[in-house]
Amino acid sequence: MTLARKTAHELRELYRAGSATPDQTVAELKSRIAAKDGRLNCYVGFDAAGSGVRRNVPQDRPLWGVPVAIKDNICVEGQEATCASKILKGYVAPYNATATERLLEAGAILLGRANMDEFAFGSSCESSCYGPTRNPWDAERVPGGSSGGSAASVAADLAIASLGSDTGGSIRQPASFCGVVGLKPTYGRVSRYGLIAFASSLDQIGPFTKDVRDCALLTSVLAGYDPKDSTSADVPVPDYLSEIGKSVKGLRVGLPEEYFGKGIQPEVEAAVRSAIEKLRALGVEVRPVSLPHTKYAVSVYYLVAPSECSSNLARFDGVRFGRRSEGARNLLEMYERSRGEGFGAEARRRIVLGTFALSSGYYDAYYLRAMRVRTLIRRDFEEAFKEVDALVTPTSPSAAFKIGEKSADPIQMYLSDIYTISANLAGVPALSMPCGLAQGLPVGLQLIAKPFDEQALFRLGSALERELAFPRSAAREAA
Amino acid sequence: MSLIPTIGLEVHCQLNTRTKIFCGCKLIFGGQPNSAVCPVCLGLPGALPVLNREAYRLGVRAVLALNGQPAERMKFDRKNYYYPDLPKGYQISQYDEPLGRGGWIEIDTPSGIKRVRLHRAHLEEDAGKLIHDQSPEYSHVDLNRAGTPLIEIVSEPDLDSSTEVYEYLTQLKAILKSARVSDCDMEKGHLRCDANVSVRRSASDPLGTKVEIKNLNSFKAVKAAVEHEIERQTAALAAGEVIRQETRLWDDNAGRTVAMRSKEEAHDYRYFPDPDLVPFHVDAVIVEAERQAMPEMPRQRRRRYVESLKLSDYDAGLLSQEREVSAFFEDTAARLGDIKAAANWMIGPVFAYLSAKGVTLDQTRLSPDLLSALARLALDNKMSFQAAKDKVFPEMAESGTAPEELMRRMGLEQVSDEGALDVWADEVIRENAKVVEEVRSGKDTAVMFLVGQVMKKSKGKANPGKVQTLLRSKLSS
Repeated sequence: MTLARKTAHELRELYRAGSATPDQTVAELKSRIAAKDGRLNCYVGFDAAGSGVRRNVPQDRPLWGVPVAIKDNICVEGQEATCASKILKGYVAPYNATATERLLEAGAILLGRANMDEFAFGSSCESSCYGPTRNPWDAERVPGGSSGGSAASVAADLAIASLGSDTGGSIRQPASFCGVVGLKPTYGRVSRYGLIAFASSLDQIGPFTKDVRDCALLTSVLAGYDPKDSTSADVPVPDYLSEIGKSVKGLRVGLPEEYFGKGIQPEVEAAVRSAIEKLRALGVEVRPVSLPHTKYAVSVYYLVAPSECSSNLARFDGVRFGRRSEGARNLLEMYERSRGEGFGAEARRRIVLGTFALSSGYYDAYYLRAMRVRTLIRRDFEEAFKEVDALVTPTSPSAAFKIGEKSADPIQMYLSDIYTISANLAGVPALSMPCGLAQGLPVGLQLIAKPFDEQALFRLGSALERELAFPRSAAREAA
Repeated sequence: MSLIPTIGLEVHCQLNTRTKIFCGCKLIFGGQPNSAVCPVCLGLPGALPVLNREAYRLGVRAVLALNGQPAERMKFDRKNYYYPDLPKGYQISQYDEPLGRGGWIEIDTPSGIKRVRLHRAHLEEDAGKLIHDQSPEYSHVDLNRAGTPLIEIVSEPDLDSSTEVYEYLTQLKAILKSARVSDCDMEKGHLRCDANVSVRRSASDPLGTKVEIKNLNSFKAVKAAVEHEIERQTAALAAGEVIRQETRLWDDNAGRTVAMRSKEEAHDYRYFPDPDLVPFHVDAVIVEAERQAMPEMPRQRRRRYVESLKLSDYDAGLLSQEREVSAFFEDTAARLGDIKAAANWMIGPVFAYLSAKGVTLDQTRLSPDLLSALARLALDNKMSFQAAKDKVFPEMAESGTAPEELMRRMGLEQVSDEGALDVWADEVIRENAKVVEEVRSGKDTAVMFLVGQVMKKSKGKANPGKVQTLLRSKLSS
């Protein structure tokens, strides 16, 4: 059987023709998981409560019978939601995230919870309290992060698709490392209700899929206004699937010069440039553009994101849920011990960084100035999109690195997201898709579009995908 | 040493919404602990706040009622601190772009009407409650109150005495109640107050070091705490000490303030814009609708009572303060067709009764219908005012029985029947020959003694006016 290899849209056809059933797909995935996941460690838990399936969803719903993995920071009623952190171990979510609810209504089967960097802090999936996830292409390498489990499960055919969250590249960078498609939608496109917040002004939920058509399919289910999220946008959702296979002739794409500079692995640049030539051959007009404030993006991000996270993580205090340290003699000690023992090193680092940046006397110099530069970065994109329909860049400067290679050096780890962070700061949608190999490892190409123009990403992405014939099966075989 | 005190107040007032400020939980008072909670007000991971439009509407109404300016754009900020009654580890409040700015409250002072300027008003959520008496080892947390909508009204430092402070709070409460912004029920903690107090030697000096007093749970406590704090600071300065900028707690039982934390120990709340709530552009339609629908404020009502109803300023002040009382008075006056009589009944018997019983109008059986009927009986001389006030009124207030029935049951009808009065008058003239002689010889005041004698014979039921007229006509002939 080969149901585990299928895409969601392929499964739909098989189910409709009566040549397969969801039970068969689930059974096949489960046996693959049993065989492979002990080593890969994509999953941190499975649906024991039975809350991952909605009964009586009509078969014509878009994800009927499609098994999906959910990142461990998105709430599923009755199931644990731990953000791969000791501090939340044992916490069972009493409600569904809006994204969860939409998947269930669409008929998806929520197979299990995917591994991640603790609280989504990281680019390698090594900081999880459940241990690292391994890259299906090379088990000595990281799958990227923070949504490493979500990316690896799809790459290794342990899930048909998955959900991740992206604050500075946490969907696109692991998609790039694992050779799958990943989308960070426009800020406000997908409800954040029920996504355990890292940095509220940057976080977006998005899909990992095996191809661009599935990406459009999942996005059309996830996208839309949600009255429970004040930052969700009341903007109509267009027909994303109709973009698949449309001609790209005459579209204009820009190559931001700042994204092809020093620090990029030569094979990565070569793969991306070769894909760009294929776009040109399809009639796409390619021209250079500039995003002059790109060089500040990492600095701005590492002020804004930790500031917000220092406040967002204050609720993990041991009072109402999660870990409470025993034996504290007073309230302060209870707080200090519960948090000190519950949070890992990177979480503690970011909480301290953010607390400092928001402190009286430093707020203006750090947080406020960072927010001003953030506006400049957004304007860079506005200017560029006056000239072009989309931007093309590498997703990450390198292919997947070795486990342990960067975990001792936070700055090197942070630079892994240098090409993805700006899209979060600007709130624009960005998609990563595999475009070739560098020494046998997948290389991701990033497409960036105007706010609420995910259509451009699907149209360009699907056209390019047909030209590339990326060897996706290599991961399956390696895993 | 007599110094000049300067006082500013921060009043937190619970808005009269049906549900909480950022979620759909009902507002309840009392009730099972943690029975009115949801993922949002529990601060569960992943939950997000959404502003309750009704809280915004009531906030705008409060700003307008206080003569302030609703902001064109407002935003919410996070005030970060740890406490077990604060589920998210931060309170959603407003820092530099509040709901409204400016405005004033008029208060009465011995030297006339004074306008106390307002600095700003902002929306925020309330915290939960800690319960310490359930266990020797643990404190319990009740989050029913968490997320209750509050408006914080900050005055300028325009108050000079504890009396002005009390008057300010009284007027503020009357305005907020009249505007139906809040029930202002002190018992239920609807109104809470912090006071900033400083003293200086002369009005030309810069303001003295300010001390903030917290834990003020009643108007009386605020007044007492401010008085005590002025004395404490005055004594300290007289002794050559320096006032420290600090926060002090009022101990109501001990009747004094105690140091809580110094400026150096003050929290750094690390305010920053709440990324979960986008800046809110004011809905001009809501503001205009609230402006149009604004009920009459106590001060306006007082002016109207003086100008249109021709009441004295003092009487108008008493009757205009509370919406409930004013409505009762106006209804009574309309039914009775006599403004002055209605005012006198309210200020006299009604207020005395309420104050003696310690109740409000809605807790009695009184109604404008009953009161106007009673007043009508007295006006029409069906019974004496004295009997109406002292005998019928208290019984009517207790039982809600119609005044005519009480009058009959108590045998208090005045007798105006000429025949009966004639017989009593003749008897009295016969029995008091000496006094009759005095009257006839010009000592007019002596006639009142004879009236009194007739009243006695009638057991109080005779109509004294008629008796006097009758006696005069008999004695002059």
